[in-house]
Amino acid sequence: MTNKMADKSILIVGVGGQGTLLASKVLGQVVMQEGLDIKMSEVHGMAQRGGSVVTQVRFGEKIYSPLIPDEGADIILSFEMMEALRYLPLLKKDGKIIINEQKIAPMPVLVGAVKYPEDPIKEIQKMGIEVIGLKAYELAKEAGNMKAANVVLLGVLAKDLDFDENMWENAIKETVPERFLEVNMKAFEMGYNYNI
Amino acid sequence: MYKLFSGNEAIARGAYEAGVKVAAAYPGTPSTEILENVAKYDVIDSQWSPNEKVALEVAIGASIGGARALSTMKHVGVNVAADPLMSYTYIGVNGGLVLVAADDPGMHSSQNEQDSRYWGLFAKIPVIEPSDSQEAKDFVKYAFEISEMFDTPVILRTNTRVSHSKSMVKLEEPKEIVIKEYIKTPEKYVILPKHARVRHSEVEKRRIALEEFAGKTHLNRIEWGDRKLGIITSSINYQYVKEVIPEASVLKIGLAWPLNEALIKEFANGVERLVIVEELEPIFETQIKAMGIKVEGKSIIPREGELTEDILRKAFFDIEKTELYQSAQNLPVRPPILCPGCPHRGTFYVLTKMKLTVTGDIGCYTLGAAPPFNRIDTTICMGASIGALFGLEKALGKEFSQKTVGVIGDSTFYHSGMTGLLNMVYNGSTSTLLILDNSTTAMTGHQDHPGTGKALMGHDTPHINLEDVVKALGVKRVRNADPFTLKDLEAVLKEELTAEETSVIIVKRPCALIQKKHDTPYSVDEDKCIACKKCLKVGCSAISVDQKSSIDQLMCVGCGVCRQVCPKDAIVKAGVQ
Repeated sequence: MTNKMADKSILIVGVGGQGTLLASKVLGQVVMQEGLDIKMSEVHGMAQRGGSVVTQVRFGEKIYSPLIPDEGADIILSFEMMEALRYLPLLKKDGKIIINEQKIAPMPVLVGAVKYPEDPIKEIQKMGIEVIGLKAYELAKEAGNMKAANVVLLGVLAKDLDFDENMWENAIKETVPERFLEVNMKAFEMGYNYNI
Repeated sequence: MYKLFSGNEAIARGAYEAGVKVAAAYPGTPSTEILENVAKYDVIDSQWSPNEKVALEVAIGASIGGARALSTMKHVGVNVAADPLMSYTYIGVNGGLVLVAADDPGMHSSQNEQDSRYWGLFAKIPVIEPSDSQEAKDFVKYAFEISEMFDTPVILRTNTRVSHSKSMVKLEEPKEIVIKEYIKTPEKYVILPKHARVRHSEVEKRRIALEEFAGKTHLNRIEWGDRKLGIITSSINYQYVKEVIPEASVLKIGLAWPLNEALIKEFANGVERLVIVEELEPIFETQIKAMGIKVEGKSIIPREGELTEDILRKAFFDIEKTELYQSAQNLPVRPPILCPGCPHRGTFYVLTKMKLTVTGDIGCYTLGAAPPFNRIDTTICMGASIGALFGLEKALGKEFSQKTVGVIGDSTFYHSGMTGLLNMVYNGSTSTLLILDNSTTAMTGHQDHPGTGKALMGHDTPHINLEDVVKALGVKRVRNADPFTLKDLEAVLKEELTAEETSVIIVKRPCALIQKKHDTPYSVDEDKCIACKKCLKVGCSAISVDQKSSIDQLMCVGCGVCRQVCPKDAIVKAGVQ
């Protein structure tokens, strides 16, 4: 058997259109630079139209499956509060959740058929799970563009992974268009230094 | 050099490295990105064709001409292309021909989960299944070699997980593009009955040769491990097996049709217990049982949906289920929805208001079946809105058809709507069809089509005028309407529904996601708002009602559909009094 100890599984969840794919793209770049094996799974097509979207990233010495099983995620990075609740069964017992404190009401809530769940972060904390909650869009606004919220969140995630900060910066440079680079670098910094 | 490629990017790279000259496809999840990436290699002449049948026929022509040719499509697209496929298997190739069929187990974005491996048995065409991106690239190259070696088209079968997962791929130099000589050979290329009889026996000889090849090719390999358990598997399922039962012996099948009996028997004889792990249909199982081999399969592995590690764990181990983290609250579902500013919103609001029966089709507008509209009565397959509309009229009469419309998108209309409309005119339908023209193939990610004036490789092409096409099919009553002007659309609909002949309303507005500039967002004048919730009936995710209505300023693109339904004129342009 290969050394399964080093494997890491990161689940990135959110709502179609929030920019979850950019975060996984940068993470993928970093893992590649480190020379590790990686598999990533994404959702395309109909689900992208405002639906619940998931990206799964797994890396280590040798990775077979691109999918994270139940209790398989080391970290869930959630771009939206309710989506964090939805994917809880995939979190390892000692796993950790990073949550963007943004509420995006789905259609059944908007039309008043059901209620948006109450205080997701509190519920998760009560289970004894380690949670980092932040208003990523506010930090992104401070950095110069609300749309860079995804990179702020990536920064928070980066702090939790064992890769050098400059590798992340290189990967962002390779992924983000030149004209948005400054804002995104700033956004990443703010995320990276958020939880100290 | 290594790259992190999705299976689809890897297939495209494989085509490039294999020296493919011509590639043709119609978009469909999960296959779409293959041709989008093929188009980036400018040595490959690539095109979006109006449908999969045409795409495959273009590839077949190129293959007969001596070029290596690729055609890609989603699993149900192969049904559309089945006619030329079933002939070309008899004809055989000149330049290699590979058809990529992308299955969608679990139906992430499809209407069924048919198993494309059946085309192997049905069409007697070799079916090759990669299990990750590296194999996706390598197997495309083998597929072309096999195609030319055995004078046969080859199917590369992928699925959502292989196509949309990324893993590392080693890039190699492309093979030089070679065009084989075309020699007029009517006894091969003209599939008359007399020729077909001869070709059929060639196909049977080919089948036997391929069965023998299946015992030698490195596409199939045995990984001996613990002999207590042997697993026969293919595609993404191989990866799940390696995660869940890494110690087991595995026969990994890369050539899914035909199977080699000696190889299967060698493996079966080497293990105590033999299990087949295949997603969807028991295709290996049925064939292997017919060889007289004792094997388990669908008795423990489900026949529906995607396989997962968790499913395999349950199938193979008596595990005590630990308590998973789970929210105690009732979590609302988050289904896909029409985007803010989507032109279909105005159309479905009006159709709902008029309480019409609607035969639907395949595209973003299928979401008109969801709340708050619940407006679509039938969806069958690409183009079927039109035949179904006419069939309902035939069954239920004129009175019913005056309260019924069909809706079909522009790309779907070009795909397979034209013949249906021709039939309505020919056989005297009095029904009304709405062509929802958003100037793109939206659902699959905005691909061009004959009505957009652009081709896949980026160049301008003649801009086909939809109204001219509809008129050329013999429709006399053709109207134009704007989905954002609700009153006008309703008036046009009323007129056309009562008309005593086939009528078409072209409802035109570009998809909100391809609009470069958006209008100023609307906001709610809280003094005027009476919280009647009528604005919720347009089903826009930018609108919510708490004490009063409010409109999310970041999401709103100012389409103004909600403004038209507000009885109190409480919805106003932001910043305008």
